[in-house]
Amino acid sequence: MADLSILAIPSPAAAPYFGWDLVRDVQELFRYAFMQHAFEAGTVVALTAGVIGYFVVLRGLSFAAHGLSHIGFAGATGAVLLGLQPIVGLLAFTMSAGAVMGALGQRLRGRDVTIGLVMAWSLGLGLLFTALYKGSASRAIGILFGQVFGITGQEVAVTSTAAVLTLLALVLAYRPLLFTTLDEQVAEAKGVPVRGLSIAFMVILAVAVSEAVQVVGVLLIFALIVAPAAIAERVTARPIHGIMVSAVLAVLFTWAGLTVAYYVPYPVGFFITTIAFGSYVVARLLTYLAARRTARPRGWREAQVRHSP
Amino acid sequence: MARSASLSIVAEGLTAAYGDRLVWQDASFGVNRGEFVAVLGPNGGGKSTLFRLILGLLSPAAGSLVVLGRRPQRGNPAIGYVPQRRDIDPDLSIRGRDFVHLGVDGSQWGVAIGRSILDARERVDRAIDAVQARAYADRPIGRLSGGEQQRLLLAQALAGEPEMLLLDEPLASLDLRNQNVIAELVASLAQAKGFTVLLIAHDINPLLPIVDRVLYVAHGGLAIGKPDEVITTERLSRLYDAPIEVLHDSHGHRFVVGLEAESAHHDG
Repeated sequence: MADLSILAIPSPAAAPYFGWDLVRDVQELFRYAFMQHAFEAGTVVALTAGVIGYFVVLRGLSFAAHGLSHIGFAGATGAVLLGLQPIVGLLAFTMSAGAVMGALGQRLRGRDVTIGLVMAWSLGLGLLFTALYKGSASRAIGILFGQVFGITGQEVAVTSTAAVLTLLALVLAYRPLLFTTLDEQVAEAKGVPVRGLSIAFMVILAVAVSEAVQVVGVLLIFALIVAPAAIAERVTARPIHGIMVSAVLAVLFTWAGLTVAYYVPYPVGFFITTIAFGSYVVARLLTYLAARRTARPRGWREAQVRHSP
Repeated sequence: MARSASLSIVAEGLTAAYGDRLVWQDASFGVNRGEFVAVLGPNGGGKSTLFRLILGLLSPAAGSLVVLGRRPQRGNPAIGYVPQRRDIDPDLSIRGRDFVHLGVDGSQWGVAIGRSILDARERVDRAIDAVQARAYADRPIGRLSGGEQQRLLLAQALAGEPEMLLLDEPLASLDLRNQNVIAELVASLAQAKGFTVLLIAHDINPLLPIVDRVLYVAHGGLAIGKPDEVITTERLSRLYDAPIEVLHDSHGHRFVVGLEAESAHHDG
């Protein structure tokens, strides 16, 4: 049986301080280098995931993004087998799969069965690569569930570079991307390169997914890419606000998860996904209640008007 | 060419085809600047294909087409286009205003900065006011009624400050009252700004008071003329190559009888 202890912090901090002194709390959190790196990588990854997630949700690509991360698992384990860094295989597999998905464009919608089958097969392939690799299975577990407490300073630099490039690409493509996302037919007539943007977006998404895998792993990617954006979409109808809310939520989920995981000896992935899921449930509940409160009086007034002479 | 200066569309021997599949052929017609033309004909007859040609999304299989003095080119800012009514996801959490905004600068790269943000906002406001949609422009577009959505999509086309409007079935799936309201709105905008309008419709009756000419696209050919000239038993029977009868009611409305069976036969 694989050792799951790698998912929590490496060695329990000796009775870490936790109390009302916020300054001391923060000092405590950043006492160790591994915590600093976790916060640095977690923040840039969450920012990217939150921003791109807004487009993922708007374009109806949540499942495709999830599938992409599973394909990345096969790539990452394959890279380990070949003696390469997992991120190399992760990027190679997700980017090529993303390009194919992007070329399919709108035809990707409703391909749940195909995506699901490729997902399952990728996990199976990853399992084979893990078995062939005679070392410990802990690397595979780390890829599946994230290994944010094992990130080195160099990896933080690589992740940050990737994040900056991803965000720059999104800023550059912002308006045409929004146009094709909301109104593909008109965008095409207006000269927007619809197909090229579709491919480019999926490749950018592949990079963002590969980054996020470091923090939450292949299986829990929904928590960072989809959940914040899905909540943002419920609370605002303005694209710019939606993107900002989504990014802020993703960062908050990550910070909260990392903080809790520092004090409680359970996997950080569990905390981040639980916070994300809980927030989504609360957001749905609040928007449902708000909709009911505004819908009822209006319906009542309309009925009054209609019946009055 | 003095003749083409007053014409916004000139087609000569124009033929439309998707690969080997011929849609219609050898059409020659002109549309005057500022003219309001209703495009009629059976489903699958090639009405939207005509729009694709004008927009430069499809190249002519034969013949020539000149639009606003140039060969059609994708991304022509002088053309405002409203495609056939798209089913907007009722859960889509995007304001109508943001949809309209796409018509201003949606195809430009990067994000808007500085003065252009205010300019764009002003143009969006003007377009929304032009279709009288201010009251609901800030609500999520998915939750608006069909007529309200249609107004905002029209505003999106207007926001690009076009010279020509191509409207693909803007009246479909609207109730009778809204059909008349939208038709009159388009007509008054076209008159005020001098737009050339091509509007695809199924039913000519809401458009009869406002159209200059009708363009029939059917059975591999096109016919253009005043409603009185084209929507007649003889012309349509000849165009469809089938017995068609045009009936008039006491309000001057026209009813084309025999088309339903024809198009059913055609589609099947």
